[in-house]
Amino acid sequence: MSASDLPTRAIVATVETQDFWDATAEGRFLLRRCNTCEAVIWYPRSHCPICMSTDVSWIDAAGTGVVYSFSITRAASGTWKGALPYVLALVELDEGPRILTNIVGIDVDDVRIGMAVKVVFEDAIEGSALYRFAPVTT
Amino acid sequence: MGAFEHPLRYIPDRTLAQVHAEVAVGALRDAGLSIRDVDAYFCAGDAPGFGALSMADYLGIDARLTDTTETGGSSYLAHVGHAVDAIAAGHCHVALVTLAGKPRTGGSQPGGSGNFGDAPEANFENHWGGSVPGYYAMAAARHMHQYGTTSAQLAAIKVAASSHAQHNPNAFLPKLVTVEEVLASPLVADPLHRLDCCVITDGGGAVVVVSPEVARTLNRPERAVAVLGHGEAIRHSSNGRIDLTHTAALWSGPPAFDQAGVTPSDIQYASIYDSFTITVLLTLEDLGFCAKGEGGRFVESGALEAPNGVLPFNTDGGGLCNNHPGNRGGMTKIIEAVRQVRGDAHPAVQVPDCELALAHGTGGSLATRTGASTLILGRSS
Ligand SMILES: [Zn+2]
Repeated sequence: MSASDLPTRAIVATVETQDFWDATAEGRFLLRRCNTCEAVIWYPRSHCPICMSTDVSWIDAAGTGVVYSFSITRAASGTWKGALPYVLALVELDEGPRILTNIVGIDVDDVRIGMAVKVVFEDAIEGSALYRFAPVTT
Repeated sequence: MGAFEHPLRYIPDRTLAQVHAEVAVGALRDAGLSIRDVDAYFCAGDAPGFGALSMADYLGIDARLTDTTETGGSSYLAHVGHAVDAIAAGHCHVALVTLAGKPRTGGSQPGGSGNFGDAPEANFENHWGGSVPGYYAMAAARHMHQYGTTSAQLAAIKVAASSHAQHNPNAFLPKLVTVEEVLASPLVADPLHRLDCCVITDGGGAVVVVSPEVARTLNRPERAVAVLGHGEAIRHSSNGRIDLTHTAALWSGPPAFDQAGVTPSDIQYASIYDSFTITVLLTLEDLGFCAKGEGGRFVESGALEAPNGVLPFNTDGGGLCNNHPGNRGGMTKIIEAVRQVRGDAHPAVQVPDCELALAHGTGGSLATRTGASTLILGRSS
């Protein structure tokens, strides 16, 4: 289930993020939401950074959003050199958070700010999966 | 204040600690003081070993006070602010701040980035091939989208820096470049070209901040520079609601201006942190030198060119052309502002009768979390 040839490497889940990474392996994108002030939290953590409540639960995200900004990396060293050029982006999710990711499944020169995108999952090492975003095809 | 910039840009034959020592001695000599006079020592993440403990030991400083505030390239301006406060509170009299780094010897690439494996954000940021240019390019792309800023406008910042660097015999890139040359240089991370990026240099610098009593003892009023105001702030990813169109300068500037009792239009010279051209543009807007979104038009008007622009900036050539020692340009921002207030800048770029200067540092990454620190410097009266 890979939409790109971008490098992947092992995810080191913690007690705060194990549920999130278990879900990506099942093709689901979870977000933390505060039960006290209802803030949607990013990145996932065990407390709410708005009100400090520890009463936070997981919700299923729609998995859709728009490109808030992006850049096209055309020079790199190491493992990413073979993936050039590639798109680093901040995607604004429908639920509000702007998250770092890659845009895949599209020619790098065709990516635009404001473009509608949806999450795709890509196998990482040892049964885990990374989230990236691809254009919504209409 | 005493100030010293290491003259070299490639130093393979010396240890990192040695470069710290060389700049410490240089700044103390400039101030007319010895290492025995220092009672407070400041350093950031570039210092080897156990930070201030290792370095104070190595340098031979009997420090009553240390501060290892680490906000990347803005750290050293924060240190100066903290030193001024500590002196005012009576905790110390002579504060030494040092920076040194050897990324050129170390072979650090523009694409190299910090990988803080145990940071809580690590797995949400480290899988995407992010690099420093890639992150800053996203800030540039958003500003272009929102305000119509162009690559040619960003290039005007490099052109102004290069017009100053040509007068600096120590500058890493002393050659005057044109907008066309910047635009023709390879794209490192769209929309940033290679010449939108700062240089990668070994080197370092140091400053000494002293109490008014010590300054009077030294009796060198023509060399004395006063810290009239300082402010600092951080801007982080804000629970995922990050806004790429501003830096933390939006918050570090006002307290600095207020404390000094001046406004942006009073500033005669500005050292503006220039890891990339976009860093300068955003900072100029955030500090109030022009309105948000107007940075492109401001810089293409020639405002930044010394000595006659509206706001001459980085007259040493800045990080874009002169020196960005240790991938941290904050120290050199302070040093050139000190030169300007003393009238010690190169005659071709010296701002006439420069009585009020600003130095600003930006640390970390604009696309995730970034520090800012602003200093207002003036003649000591
Ligand atoms: Zn909350």
